[in-house]
Amino acid sequence: MTLLASARPVRERFVGPAIEAEHLVKRFDDLTAVDDVSFTVPQGSVLGMLGPNGAGKTTTVRMMTTLSRPTSGTARVAGHDVLADPEAVRRSMGLTGQAATVDEFLTGRENIRLMGALYGLSRRAIAARADQLLERFTLTEAGDKVVKDYSGGMRRRLDLAVSLIAAPHVLFLDEPTTGLDPRSRSELWEVLRELVSDGTTLLLTTQYLEEADQLADRIVVIDHGRVIAEGTALELKDQSGKAALVVTVSHADQLEAARALLAAHVAEVHVDIAARQLTAPAEGLTDMTRIARVFDGSEIVLDDLGLKRPTLDDVFLHLTGRRAEPQADDIEEPR
Amino acid sequence: MTTTTLDTATTESLTITPPSLRRQVRTMVWRNLKHIRRMPEMLADVTIQPIMFVVLFAYVFGGSISTDSTSYREWLLPGIMAQTMTFSCAIVALGLTADLNKGIVDRFRSLPISRASVLIGRSVSSLIHSSIGVVVMAVTGLVIGWRIRGGVGEALLAFGLLLLFGFAMIWVGIVSGSLLKSPEAVQGVMFTVIFPVTFLANTFAPTEHMLPALRVIAEWNPISSLVQAMRTLWGNSPPAGPEAAWPLHHPVLMTVVWSVGITVVLAPLAVRAFNRRTTD
Repeated sequence: MTLLASARPVRERFVGPAIEAEHLVKRFDDLTAVDDVSFTVPQGSVLGMLGPNGAGKTTTVRMMTTLSRPTSGTARVAGHDVLADPEAVRRSMGLTGQAATVDEFLTGRENIRLMGALYGLSRRAIAARADQLLERFTLTEAGDKVVKDYSGGMRRRLDLAVSLIAAPHVLFLDEPTTGLDPRSRSELWEVLRELVSDGTTLLLTTQYLEEADQLADRIVVIDHGRVIAEGTALELKDQSGKAALVVTVSHADQLEAARALLAAHVAEVHVDIAARQLTAPAEGLTDMTRIARVFDGSEIVLDDLGLKRPTLDDVFLHLTGRRAEPQADDIEEPR
Repeated sequence: MTTTTLDTATTESLTITPPSLRRQVRTMVWRNLKHIRRMPEMLADVTIQPIMFVVLFAYVFGGSISTDSTSYREWLLPGIMAQTMTFSCAIVALGLTADLNKGIVDRFRSLPISRASVLIGRSVSSLIHSSIGVVVMAVTGLVIGWRIRGGVGEALLAFGLLLLFGFAMIWVGIVSGSLLKSPEAVQGVMFTVIFPVTFLANTFAPTEHMLPALRVIAEWNPISSLVQAMRTLWGNSPPAGPEAAWPLHHPVLMTVVWSVGITVVLAPLAVRAFNRRTTD
């Protein structure tokens, strides 16, 4: 797979992590938007930055992409310090912001040409690259149409294509799929996976747990400007508690009997009368087969018996005390 | 989605060499002019609007305004040109706030280019924008009876002064575009502040009949110097009367002084306001 990042061989190489944030702090007047955030992203990996609206994700990305000056702390992108050498940082990274910041009065191709020229690429390179990018993002037909007439998904794809014009080492994506329908979203995920397989390092912020779960090698959970958890999706899920055994009884009148039977074999049982469900902590599959045998030898009829592992949503609830998925009335993150 | 292969020739030429400031500015201007081509209605402010003013003043109010020039229409035209050029500050401000609000400026700032290229590009394209208006005005003027009666050198000097004044107005535009938060706010401020300022001058009516206090303000208005300079250089009106304020007796000099003065005072403020707006 060659995607767009294959230009890397001619680019300067560097050693060490692709992104390092070191004690980043950002204060606006009396608000501390980012409060001592540190993390490292190895080359060729994906870091998912997960957090609710207003958690400080965008502000962190803005500091790492030289758009905002840290109150204290610093960050390095592709080995370049954002404070000491912002110019070198800008040469080695691409940024796709929260809103699709393409020029809506230009065509798709003109947008690519605009950014290519501003990266200082040669005219010929830009023309060839534009064709490839448009084809890669299935925008060839729309390439000569004005962006104003694009759908949301097309704008997003163009936005990403534009960020890839100079085949950056490191790509920052601030909520890349917000507002996309599920199909466009999974299409975009596919492109991102290919980019990563070509060696691009990705940092993406998201409010969607599934997105972090699907794409990220490591996840940083951020809330109120602080990193409150870090690890792989699996590690985070383990952190937030054990798996649970869920028993669904077929007949409501057998619920009490089922509870008594289960209670004799496990430490604690939670009853949900409406759903005819019993929940008990479990270690793993052995617990499940043990309990399955217990019910097998009884008169109680079951609809379902299964092991429920915690989702990232549970993780989030466990860590912050609230759900992570965006709410309709959420306010915009301060910029 | 399909898979594409990058040929090596392209790959090797894909080296990032930060572009020269010239190329940056050229690219920005190219972009801004594309906007005008895509939305020709953007030019309404320098075409339809001033033509409307010409018609309105030349044919509706003109009969009741007496000037010492032979023809009011001839006298009027430099005034309208100056007004059109003054509005270039609104063009700059609107373009700037739109780009700031849409996050385009942020995107530019994430590139290895100079922040100044955004401003210079905006200025150059707005001067082109206004110049289109000047050409349209000149043609309209020729149709309704305006003539250049002076020499070629003087005629060109007048156009040069017009552009110089437009350059000074750009800084007014950058200051207001950086300070105001939305295109609506820009439009509101421009309409309530700049619009009356273009009337409190010798643009549409002679200053002689104004109240004494207003007359002093009008005659010291930089726009009046510009208008008087054009009228004199193009031979559209005799020199100012003896009781007129000093600037009207030295209009060419004063236009240069005003333009340079406004630029010297506002340019640093404009750059600071823009930097502040784009730094957090």
